[in-house]
Amino acid sequence: MPRLPRLPAPPLPPPLQEPPPRPGEGDGRVAAPGPAAEAGISVVDWVDERTSLSGAARWIMFRKVPKGTNWFYTLGSATLFAFLSQAVTGVFLAMYYRPDAAGGAYESIRYVTNDVFLGQFVRGMHKWGSSVMVVLVFLHMGRTFLWGAYKYPRELNWVIGVVLLILTLIMGFTGYLLPFDQRAYWATIVGVNINGTGPLLGPYLSDFLRGGGEFGATTLSRFYAIHMLIVPGLIAALILAHLYLVTKLGTTAPPWSKVERRPELNEAEV
Amino acid sequence: MPDKRAKHKSKYTLDRGMPGAFEGETITRRRFMTGGANVAGAVAVGAFTLPALGFAIGPVFKSTPHHWETAGKVDDFPDNNYIPVVITLTPGIGEAGKSTVYVRKRNPAIDTDPYDRDTQYIAISSRCAHIGCPVRWVDAAERFICPCHGGVYDLLGRRVGGPPVRPLDRFYTRVLRRQVQIGSRFSVNSELRRVSPRDPGEPLDGIGQYLYPSRPTAQK
Repeated sequence: MPRLPRLPAPPLPPPLQEPPPRPGEGDGRVAAPGPAAEAGISVVDWVDERTSLSGAARWIMFRKVPKGTNWFYTLGSATLFAFLSQAVTGVFLAMYYRPDAAGGAYESIRYVTNDVFLGQFVRGMHKWGSSVMVVLVFLHMGRTFLWGAYKYPRELNWVIGVVLLILTLIMGFTGYLLPFDQRAYWATIVGVNINGTGPLLGPYLSDFLRGGGEFGATTLSRFYAIHMLIVPGLIAALILAHLYLVTKLGTTAPPWSKVERRPELNEAEV
Repeated sequence: MPDKRAKHKSKYTLDRGMPGAFEGETITRRRFMTGGANVAGAVAVGAFTLPALGFAIGPVFKSTPHHWETAGKVDDFPDNNYIPVVITLTPGIGEAGKSTVYVRKRNPAIDTDPYDRDTQYIAISSRCAHIGCPVRWVDAAERFICPCHGGVYDLLGRRVGGPPVRPLDRFYTRVLRRQVQIGSRFSVNSELRRVSPRDPGEPLDGIGQYLYPSRPTAQK
């Protein structure tokens, strides 16, 4: 097994850091791991021996990043965490939500907001987090565009990102109906009708979204299924593809970073 | 030893010297198995994907039954002003399935369009022809006015201002035992000519009627 690269020490504040051994202290040997660490090591070894996952983990985590990598490179991770936050809060909101157009949907949301312990907080995270996610997606896209990071060989990752952007907006559109108050109802009427103004296919698309010619009994459950089953699955799968390509191709250097001139290489070329 | 190239050229496995080849066999068994496995996989995936897809898009092709709803007595409705009536478009979902319809008696002096001369009552949908907000009848102005984007319609429901692309939709009406009844929705083009119901935002004049086809199940 190849030697793992040494991880840098975690950035603890100075008072918490162990002082380095002074010269002359200790016998220069590393202490044997305690029983807890021993158990952890054997569990990890057991899994790794059967899956070889440590290679994949090293491939993902110990990558070379270009010089000049800065805070703008965290926007993609920020979007990912916004999505994870939406996924977790959404799963738990689904424990209370009832997609019942006859009034049960509004009542269940009212119950979550007013009566459930931390209900208003979790619902608020999901509601405001959706806007945060859209903003972060656009910032991430703007960074990619301005850095020129969509260029060869990363075009496919840009395309996947655009699909993810559209899916995120679909999540926003379908999630807007679920509280089923006046604003949700009329915004969905208007949104579906805007879909319908697309020539030729538009009328069929709006009928598909409504599940019929008029806002009907199954429109809400249709939106609910799209919002919590179809689109999140697609987003999760595409995020995996997106991250795979990021890992495979690496990140782009910032546009202002200069190519390092190394004279010895120039000589070697001659 | 025969020429290798000639051996590959023959389409018969027997000629290519495959062990156990049959007379007249043209496809290798490995190829046959691969193709068979692919087809079996495609059939299995299609067996659950196609029904699920049809299940999801089925409502697009479902025709809604014609139903009549009583709006009021024949004497309740004047011929120069509208009375709002709330009807149920979709039963079973409470307020979300209801809609306001503006009803008045047909007046030959006002309704001069050549269409639907035999109808006795005019029922105008409150669904704006722009993108579907609810319009209200403003008596003083004798206009239907939409709160969302400022669509304005005249007494006959024809657009006089704002973004709507066609007149307000109407509903079929009939009189049964001195009661005015309201039936299904239909749309009208700018000449108030009746066409099958379309969604808001879909113009019905000129090329619009071809760009926005009617529902496959529409009943005129």
